[in-house]
Amino acid sequence: MNELARKTADPRLGSIIKLAIMAVGGQGGSVLTNWIEDCARASGYAVQATSVAGVAQRTGATIYYIEMAPAAKKQPVFSLMPAAGDVDILIAAEMMEAGRAILRGFVTPDRTTLVASSHRALAVSEKTVPGDGMANADEVVAAAKIAAQRLVLFDMNKIAVDNGTVISASLLGALAGSETLPFSREAFETAIRASGRGVENSLAAFNAAYEAVGAEPTDEKQDEPGADRAAQPSGSESLLARYRALESRAESLPGPVAEMAVRGLRSVIDFQDFDYGREYLDRLERVLALDNAKGEHALSREAAKYIARAMAYDDVIRVADLKTRLSRFERIRQEMNPQDGTRMKLTEFMHPRAEEIVGMLPARLGRSLSGRPGTMKVIDRLFNRGRRLRSDRVLPFLQLYVVGGLRRWRRGTYRHAIERDHLETWLDTALGYVAADYDLAVEVIRNRRLIKGYSDTHARGLSKFDKVMDGASIVAGRPDAADWVRRLREAALQDEQGKALDGALQTIRSFTEPQSAA
Amino acid sequence: MAERSFAKEVQKLKLGEGETFTSEGILAITKALLENGVGYVGGYQGAPISHLMDVLSDAQEILGELGVRFEANASEAAATAMLAASVHYPIRGAVTFKGAVGVNVASDALANLASGGVTGGALIIVGEDYGEGSSIMQERSHAFAMKSQVWLLDPRPNLPSIVKAVEQGFELSEASNTPVMLMVRIRSCHVTGSFVARDNRRPALSVREALSNPQSNYSRVVLPPMSFVQEQDKIDNRWPAAQKYIVDNKLNETFGPADGKIGIVLQGGMYNSVIRALQRLGLADIYGATDVPLYVLNVTYPIVPEEFQAFCAGKSSVLVVEEGQPEFIEQALGAALYKAGSDLTLHGKDMLPMAGEYTGQVMLDGVESFLRAEAPDLLPAQRRAPNRDAETDIPDLSKTVPIRPPGFCTGCPERPIFAALKLTEKQHGKHQITGDIGCHLFACLPPFEIGGSTMGYGLGPASNAAFDGGGERRPISIIGDGGFWHNGLSSSIGNAVYNKSDGIIVVVDNYYSAATGGQDILSSRADSATKSTGHPIAEAVKGVGVKWVRQIDRTYDVPKMRKILDDALSTDHVGPKVIVASSECMLNRQRRERPLAAKAIKDGRRVEKPRFGVDEDVCTGDHACIRLSGCPSLSLKKLDDPLRDDPVASIDESCVGCGNCGEVADAAVLCPSFYRADIVHNPGRFERLMSDVSQAVIGWLQARRSQKRLEFS
Repeated sequence: MNELARKTADPRLGSIIKLAIMAVGGQGGSVLTNWIEDCARASGYAVQATSVAGVAQRTGATIYYIEMAPAAKKQPVFSLMPAAGDVDILIAAEMMEAGRAILRGFVTPDRTTLVASSHRALAVSEKTVPGDGMANADEVVAAAKIAAQRLVLFDMNKIAVDNGTVISASLLGALAGSETLPFSREAFETAIRASGRGVENSLAAFNAAYEAVGAEPTDEKQDEPGADRAAQPSGSESLLARYRALESRAESLPGPVAEMAVRGLRSVIDFQDFDYGREYLDRLERVLALDNAKGEHALSREAAKYIARAMAYDDVIRVADLKTRLSRFERIRQEMNPQDGTRMKLTEFMHPRAEEIVGMLPARLGRSLSGRPGTMKVIDRLFNRGRRLRSDRVLPFLQLYVVGGLRRWRRGTYRHAIERDHLETWLDTALGYVAADYDLAVEVIRNRRLIKGYSDTHARGLSKFDKVMDGASIVAGRPDAADWVRRLREAALQDEQGKALDGALQTIRSFTEPQSAA
Repeated sequence: MAERSFAKEVQKLKLGEGETFTSEGILAITKALLENGVGYVGGYQGAPISHLMDVLSDAQEILGELGVRFEANASEAAATAMLAASVHYPIRGAVTFKGAVGVNVASDALANLASGGVTGGALIIVGEDYGEGSSIMQERSHAFAMKSQVWLLDPRPNLPSIVKAVEQGFELSEASNTPVMLMVRIRSCHVTGSFVARDNRRPALSVREALSNPQSNYSRVVLPPMSFVQEQDKIDNRWPAAQKYIVDNKLNETFGPADGKIGIVLQGGMYNSVIRALQRLGLADIYGATDVPLYVLNVTYPIVPEEFQAFCAGKSSVLVVEEGQPEFIEQALGAALYKAGSDLTLHGKDMLPMAGEYTGQVMLDGVESFLRAEAPDLLPAQRRAPNRDAETDIPDLSKTVPIRPPGFCTGCPERPIFAALKLTEKQHGKHQITGDIGCHLFACLPPFEIGGSTMGYGLGPASNAAFDGGGERRPISIIGDGGFWHNGLSSSIGNAVYNKSDGIIVVVDNYYSAATGGQDILSSRADSATKSTGHPIAEAVKGVGVKWVRQIDRTYDVPKMRKILDDALSTDHVGPKVIVASSECMLNRQRRERPLAAKAIKDGRRVEKPRFGVDEDVCTGDHACIRLSGCPSLSLKKLDDPLRDDPVASIDESCVGCGNCGEVADAAVLCPSFYRADIVHNPGRFERLMSDVSQAVIGWLQARRSQKRLEFS
């Protein structure tokens, strides 16, 4: 350090406002850029905008960049791209794009106002995982609070959709509302008007977002899922009385179990009837008898959840029942929001196979038929075909309605027998571990999560379930058995083919099987 | 009809002398072409200059008024070949395409054009697709300029400089009888700004007029012995003439003090980034007045050693800022210094990275490390001993944020083709599959993961040639309609016919050159006033001798697509099996149909609007449907139900009702969760009545059942 500082940056450089927009292709990033540019120019600023066109526009991550400074005789030299640590305003049109901006260093505590929409547009990699592959938005929010000098964060996509337009308009509203740009609200509105297309909707979204700045909830955290949010049951007094008797039985279970048990009870009654609900509680109490408060009743709580799931399996009757309910029709109506004067057609996509048909037959007949491949082939030829049912028409609706009504004979069906046997075997296996390894028993109960889907997907789920259960029997007795079973299950949910699971099983075998003598 | 319309913007091309033209780079280039009396223009679309082709296409009326011929060439080679009009005639011509792939395709014509030389100014506007946003291999067009001795301009990235480069490019070309490449980087193409316009000029000699007085001169033909003479002419005459023009007209610029001890030599395109780095180091003001001498190479090939030596005089060291590799300019400058016996220290790729884009941070670091090494006293104190304590700990999100590569748009008709192919592979096992260039290449990414190579535009089937002899499972190749007409018909289809290929070729026909922005091509269905469209791909394929051709006119029919694939895989036909899968690009279709539908609804006509939905209590959250789709509108939603672990599928309002979800659920026997709701606008009286009666009966049935049970929702 041999010299004094001679150089300081040109103070006029501070007058350059650097604004970057990170979006997903198709979100209207270029429209937003044009609006901001027009607004700046009209407000007496020299401005330069750039964008990166190319294939990234097709649903990929894109970036736009604007620099502006009060106009003078000479033209400032602007940069064509944002630099880390040198961005004043960062607009992120989606939560993970905000994360990407932070990751790239475009959001820094000394200068950056981050205007971000809290909604998610999931990337393909998040959606294809058979389990839950969604990225953790809370981590990005936490990072944003540290990284940004100021954070404007709320669901701007919802505002746009509610106003019948795309997010570019609400992003502009949030930007204007943040008052980080030295332009008047009118200047922004003028820019929108001048663009000439969908002006009314854009202005409505702009205004809603403008007003939302500052009014956003301080903490985005919502209520814990499920806490008292399920609607109370409704029906005739006599039905309600019968229900309440069962409900009070469920509520009398130990604290952590009761809440889940009530949910489980409702789902199995909804699936079948009160007797079925009683059966559910009987099973649960059998588990509870083996449980203890030491583990905070984890075993019973998980059993309350997964026994209900196992009992309310996905058969044709259930699908037909769900599809023909009034509540479902109302939900669709709400979602599609048809305007007055319009009519709605509804098409269902069903593809029954021989297995589903045979599953609906009486257990003995079904079992005998399914043991005969030739017969199954004939049935398959008769029924296995994509069927599109117009459930807004009386006759196709009736078909589904009648199938849904078969639930009163469900207990006698072949499918029910299969499901009951499977459930008993699984539960017995799990409970068999309780005495020796409580945690392992809990994990084995949780393995039920692997069974889901229909037809091939269901079969694949079953085979993964079997593999993990096999794995459990291999590691049983080891101190880390529960941990291994959890890992196996998580591996099973990682990919469709079960490659990760097979790898994990290989690992288990490598240390459990006696090595052949060298 | 291209994806983006410039119909409004092109009106600015009519601005005259002294008026201010405010727009983006590509429009400025177009305006400059007209101001400089260009006689004909053409090119081939591709980012980042796709929009330049769109502008030219939308400006055809204005071009026509000036007597300028516009040609949408079949390929970059065709575009460059068109510059042959400037060989014998004093007509200025300009073509545009993307680099480096465009130059690859054009290199045959480029080399011949450069060898024979030109009379009229010949300008090739190359959109250098390098760095962030690029969709191609990372290479430089520079090498092509060097190998064919074509001069390369790389102007500073602002509108006045780019506009001036067009004028200088034509003049340089004419002064040295050599074609000139004008390089514009991705961001320069779309950079906005203003410049003072001049009047448009009609070409001194129009292409029409030239036809009345045809010329020829075999000395321009590339044949021995003229080709040898041409090489000598390049070196003895054209090169020195170019250097003279560059020096005389000050194409390269110097900024900053004349007497600095150090200096920076930079490509024109790097100017703004270098200035920004200097601004951040306190060495340049807001207007770019710099304390560090700069030698800006607006012409990056050829180098003028004398000019460079003059800049170096009195300096002890110089930094070369040259983006991309190999470092051609640094090598040339180093050689020049060495031959002159200079003891100046030359920095470049030792301070800046050899490969990759020079982003803001990279540039700042590079310039700073150069100054730290050679002139530390210039750096502000804070930079010499940075205070690191001030940094905050921002959590690392690298494991949280998912990658987001481009993919098929909502409702894309190519999605069901690849869903069918994935199902075929599930049934018969993995196949040897090659891709081409175009949107369909996104199929190589998850969730489809189909295809493992791309060898170039129109070369998908050709790149399976080694496997064409047959084997246990037939090789499959994919080619888009863009690639098909670019050169696929001969290089891929003809090649397969002649060699009796056993392979399967799937031609993805979406009515446009979709990946480049929806430009029309020969097989487009749209009526065009200036172009001839409506030439079916299937006919062309039959025309070159393919006997086994299947046409599918609705790609969303997944079972049919699978059936055809099965047929192609199992037939004992000898020779290539070609499947033409046609459905209109949804992005363009929506752009076309949405306003029409809105108007029809307004006018009281009956319109059906389809949209898909998922029954969330039927969906079990296994996401099998997504693994056969990847549609942006088919997403996930977390349910507010503690009994459910995994998020369920959910379709948002952006759904266009293409039908893929239902088709795939059916073809793959997935699950019954999907439903389609068609909203019928302005239904007829009978339809209303039928619907209302049905709803009444259904409502009665529903009420009847719900009375007998508890309702939990």
